[in-house]
Amino acid sequence: MKRRKELKKASPYIFISPWIIGFIVFTAGPLILSLIMSFYDWPVTSEATFTGLGNYVKMFTEDAQFWKSLKLTLKYAAIFVPLNLGIALFLAMLITQPVRGVKIYRTIFYIPAVISSVATAIIWGWILNGDYGVLNYLLSLIGIEGPNWLVDPAWALMAIVLTSAFGVGTMMLIFYTDIKNIPIDLYEAASLDGANSVKQFFSITLPIITPTILFNVITSIINAFQQLTLVMLLTGGGPLKSTYFYGMYTYDNAFKHHKLGYASANAWVMFVIILILTAFIFRSSSAWVFYEAEVKGQKTGKRRKNK
Amino acid sequence: MKTSRKSKVIIYILLTVVAVYFLAPFVYMFFTAFKKEAEAIAYPPSLLPENWSWQNFADAWNAQPFAVYFKNSVLVTVGTTLGQVLSCSLVAYGFARFQFRGKNILFMILLATMMIPWDVTMIPQYMVFKSFNWINTLKPLIIPAWFGSAYYIFLMRQFLMGIPKDYEEAARIDGANAFQIYWKIFMPIMRPQLILIAVLNVITVWNDYLGPLIFLQDRSKYTLALGLASFKGVHSTQIIPLLCITVIMIIPPVIIFIVAQKYIVEGTSGSIK
Repeated sequence: MKRRKELKKASPYIFISPWIIGFIVFTAGPLILSLIMSFYDWPVTSEATFTGLGNYVKMFTEDAQFWKSLKLTLKYAAIFVPLNLGIALFLAMLITQPVRGVKIYRTIFYIPAVISSVATAIIWGWILNGDYGVLNYLLSLIGIEGPNWLVDPAWALMAIVLTSAFGVGTMMLIFYTDIKNIPIDLYEAASLDGANSVKQFFSITLPIITPTILFNVITSIINAFQQLTLVMLLTGGGPLKSTYFYGMYTYDNAFKHHKLGYASANAWVMFVIILILTAFIFRSSSAWVFYEAEVKGQKTGKRRKNK
Repeated sequence: MKTSRKSKVIIYILLTVVAVYFLAPFVYMFFTAFKKEAEAIAYPPSLLPENWSWQNFADAWNAQPFAVYFKNSVLVTVGTTLGQVLSCSLVAYGFARFQFRGKNILFMILLATMMIPWDVTMIPQYMVFKSFNWINTLKPLIIPAWFGSAYYIFLMRQFLMGIPKDYEEAARIDGANAFQIYWKIFMPIMRPQLILIAVLNVITVWNDYLGPLIFLQDRSKYTLALGLASFKGVHSTQIIPLLCITVIMIIPPVIIFIVAQKYIVEGTSGSIK
């Protein structure tokens, strides 16, 4: 009987034990190890030597590429995040319109989001090709001479933005399900009051989905900072390092130049920047995010609880 | 809500324009995969191939051991999916249906791990796997999945939180223990969520490039995504074989998505609340 009681007490921990073990071995352990490594000069082949803050000092003061890659990534995020958010919201509004066959469009819009970035990079590398790419051919039909997207440093960043916007479906779907959940009577009441659809969007839809916007802003900033596969396969960081993003800079330091300690320091700086940006957005959110519980007082906390 | 005829027309035009933008690259790629190389880079380009050359696919497939890559991808995908479904349902059940010390803190930690950029853990993970002698095997790609993934656990926990308490109380009176309740009562209830996790995982793992890139070295271990990327490296001047393999690579996730999209759409609606 006693044993049974003990088992009962232990059982929740048994249930969550896979995650706890995984967390220690694959997340917490590596996280701590990475922080320790960032204070070392840690080549792959020879002994590691402790250098204190050496890696960080070097990064901030001597390594011009660090600043270039960081600026480039911030620039990319500054273009990509609002653009992606805007497109996702626009598409979500489109597929929530009450017209027949709209579900087929929803499927089509989402398909590019389920294919591998490797495939996306190949498809767009081919479409954007300056010699035989079909995009420039189509542009030439309307009298525009397209740039040499992937070879011209002035356009390569835009090529990456264009390509990554192809996978907007995930975010669209998150907006879509949120907009779908808005009670229809809110719109009916508004249209009785004579509000047109533009006004309804700004006075009903937009305020209600602000928590989702917050969520999407944060996840897309994190994604923008980690962008690696597309640049690796589409431009290889070039031309002239014009798309040498921070993720690729870190990756190369680790696996190409085998400076594991330095690359760990790079990664931690990225982590801290993401945390600061996230904290900043969260702090600003009280000014522009409205939670249902505050507005209507009903359905209390349902939305808030897990935020 | 009533929609006037005029605005309906505008909506359809917009929907169609966007659909063309998303679909055109695939359609054009599909047709081009059947063309001759000279035809593919001809100017002005044509949409349909002059002759439908099925041989292109066989040639591309045999240019590298793609059958091996394909087999590895299937192994990794199936192996991780089984692991995720089992471990995430267990862990989510633990978090959702019990009260225990440290629960809230542990759950906060779980959520926080989703914020950690992969760049921070990739180097030490590489070293951990190296010390396990797992590098250049499929193990680092499969085994971690058996310990759950924060996002999937979160999705499933949200679902389980909404199920009334009576479910396990009735079973407990009948003398069932926690594991029997989990396995016999909750696994069937969780079915849509299990399918959701399985589908999301299949798509993610099938498409993953960076994991295989870091952990695998020999061609005999490559997955399809890694094989395709390396194929791109050596075949940069020939576009047709590359497009053929790309077509093959994207078919499984697209079909799975179309079949299971109901679960993805419904699952997304519960996820961020």
